[in-house]
Amino acid sequence: MIYSGSRIVIETLIEQGATDVFGYPGGQVLNIYDELYKAKGRIRHFLTAHEQGAAHAADGYARASGKVGVVIATSGPGATNLVTGIATAMLDSVPMVAITGNVPTFLIGKDSFQEVNITGITLPITKHNYFVTDVRELADTLREAFAIARSGRPGPVLVDIPKDVQIAECEYEPKGEVALFPQRRASDAEIEAAAELINASERPYIYIGGGAAAANLGGEVRVLTEKVGGCAGCSLMGLSVLPDSFDAFLGMQGMHGRYASTMAMSEADLILGIGVRFSDRATGSPKGFAKGARLIQLDIDPSEIDKNVKVDVGIVGDAADALCRLTERCKEADRAEWKRRFSSLKLKGKDIFAEEDGDGLTPKRAFDVINAYKSDDDMIVTDVGQHQMWTAQHIRLFKERRFASSGGLGTMGYGLGAAIGAHVGCGSRVLLITGDGSFGMDLNELATAVTYKVPVVVVIMNNGVLGMVRQWQTLFYGKRYSCTELDRKTDFVLLAKAFGLPAARATTALEFEEAFKEALTYDGPYLIDAVIEKDELVLPMIPPNGHADDLIMGGDGE
Amino acid sequence: MKRFCIAAYVENKYGVLARVAGLFMRKGFNIDSLTVGAVEDKAYSRITLTMNGDDYQCDQLIKQLRKLFNVKNVLLLDDSQSVERELMLIKLAAGTETEAALFRLSRQYGVRLTRATEEVLCAEVAGTPKEIDEVIEAVRPLGIVELCRTGVVALETNRNITD
Repeated sequence: MIYSGSRIVIETLIEQGATDVFGYPGGQVLNIYDELYKAKGRIRHFLTAHEQGAAHAADGYARASGKVGVVIATSGPGATNLVTGIATAMLDSVPMVAITGNVPTFLIGKDSFQEVNITGITLPITKHNYFVTDVRELADTLREAFAIARSGRPGPVLVDIPKDVQIAECEYEPKGEVALFPQRRASDAEIEAAAELINASERPYIYIGGGAAAANLGGEVRVLTEKVGGCAGCSLMGLSVLPDSFDAFLGMQGMHGRYASTMAMSEADLILGIGVRFSDRATGSPKGFAKGARLIQLDIDPSEIDKNVKVDVGIVGDAADALCRLTERCKEADRAEWKRRFSSLKLKGKDIFAEEDGDGLTPKRAFDVINAYKSDDDMIVTDVGQHQMWTAQHIRLFKERRFASSGGLGTMGYGLGAAIGAHVGCGSRVLLITGDGSFGMDLNELATAVTYKVPVVVVIMNNGVLGMVRQWQTLFYGKRYSCTELDRKTDFVLLAKAFGLPAARATTALEFEEAFKEALTYDGPYLIDAVIEKDELVLPMIPPNGHADDLIMGGDGE
Repeated sequence: MKRFCIAAYVENKYGVLARVAGLFMRKGFNIDSLTVGAVEDKAYSRITLTMNGDDYQCDQLIKQLRKLFNVKNVLLLDDSQSVERELMLIKLAAGTETEAALFRLSRQYGVRLTRATEEVLCAEVAGTPKEIDEVIEAVRPLGIVELCRTGVVALETNRNITD
């Protein structure tokens, strides 16, 4: 069949399994949008308020569904508005294909209207990118983009298509979903060396991250943890891999991690990292990290081995396969003393968040309500800041792929776009936990949530300040609150009304409970302005470059 | 700090040099020289680069290079098994002293006079980076007008990058 480039874009997307795309039209993607119009019923397009929201939506879609998220934007500002969303996906290894239009090839390089070299701009923040100059290469380029986005360690791929290439015609032959690139299989020697270290250890700790989430490793990790009598913790990106009900799961570790996992990791004599990069936020200073522990790192990306922390054994390969083989080689062991120790750490960790006096609304109380009423299938999405860390500390998750947060890049303004995309991706209700600071950066997407009637409960932990930065000012900058006390007059309840969704304000725990219950009965977006105290800190906290010994507990534990 | 010489076999595709050069910037590594040129197969090019760094930086660079989709193979060259060459063009102020020096250097380093005018003498020399450095030091007192070096190209005798 002879098709135009823009028709080929749509046909190839459908052929590669894209059922939903996010985006925003513009001059240089008019032809693609014209074809989208004609393809109604075969592929759904979600129009956001801003291209950044569309990129985050594609990201949230991918995290919730495991599929490739697709975003379309026009040239120039449309393309540059995607940049933060693409970088967010890159740092968290999220499979995404971003399609941008560009000015016709004869206008390229002439500073034409809305022209920008988006392949140059996104070079360091994409897994790969393309500038397509020949319509005959378009279909195969898009297919390769999907293969790259999904293969091995996933990531974003950008395809920039000048308008004349969208208009030009050529023969199109439909093909099925592309095969993934073959990946290295972990060697027997690597597996054997790792198993020997685990078998010789007394206090094994399994540290899981985004790689384990991307590979849906919950079952495999649990089997191994139980067989060797170890315990497990995770990075922010590893949340929702293991269910909160699993006894040996101690929660998120690191700078704002739970007490138990942070302490257990520091006491362990063996750490097995699965799909983690031993980031500074999760491990503190690389120098004094895990003294006295042997380290094993399992990753599909060879460049991650030894990157941030030098390990004793590196295993490169598909994690599900490697974990199964490793579990086979590990001896079943009780390790009763270690179990007593990490169980008591877990109990002590719970005491840190002991009952509070009064009836005011605190983050802990808000999460008590959320945990009590949410369903296991609800998708939890956060923005970035204190509320994100409170969520990571308190939320109880029971199913895989039910948590999305910007871990690596820490993108304020990620949440609402991602929440909308996540709902499209998995069909579940979404609970977006955000802060008044972050929400100021993505509230325009309320329009999108209303248009598409997305069942998202937006909980704004409203403390009137940029809480996380202010917390650092409190602890490390002599309480000099430079530009973090917002003192804005925004009324979020009125704002919600203006966007066309119901809302409630809660200033006490009881009001929050009522509002949250009401929100859950509502079919569509609902906003709760949860007013909390501005001096509330995220604790425990390990100061930057510190270790478990430097833990700031707050309250009685300090 | 050690000196490393790395060869990369890359596809002749849009932006491939920018991707390789960008890696150095992103990872904060220092590049000493980078050369790129055609090979017998028109679909590919060969990049040779040298850097000063520690083992960690070298290891990371090679791993990151291997991740690039247009990079087909990367070798860390073993200097005991490889031939390294660089070409220099140099322009010197004309004069009998310069002519005598060039004559001397032609025997010692294979320097060749390529063009002469009343004001300048142009010469070329190929050799290892160390030999090129020595030639520069030998002619420095005579007045260097300007010079240009290609950067290192290198081949290993015991392995092939296309294997």
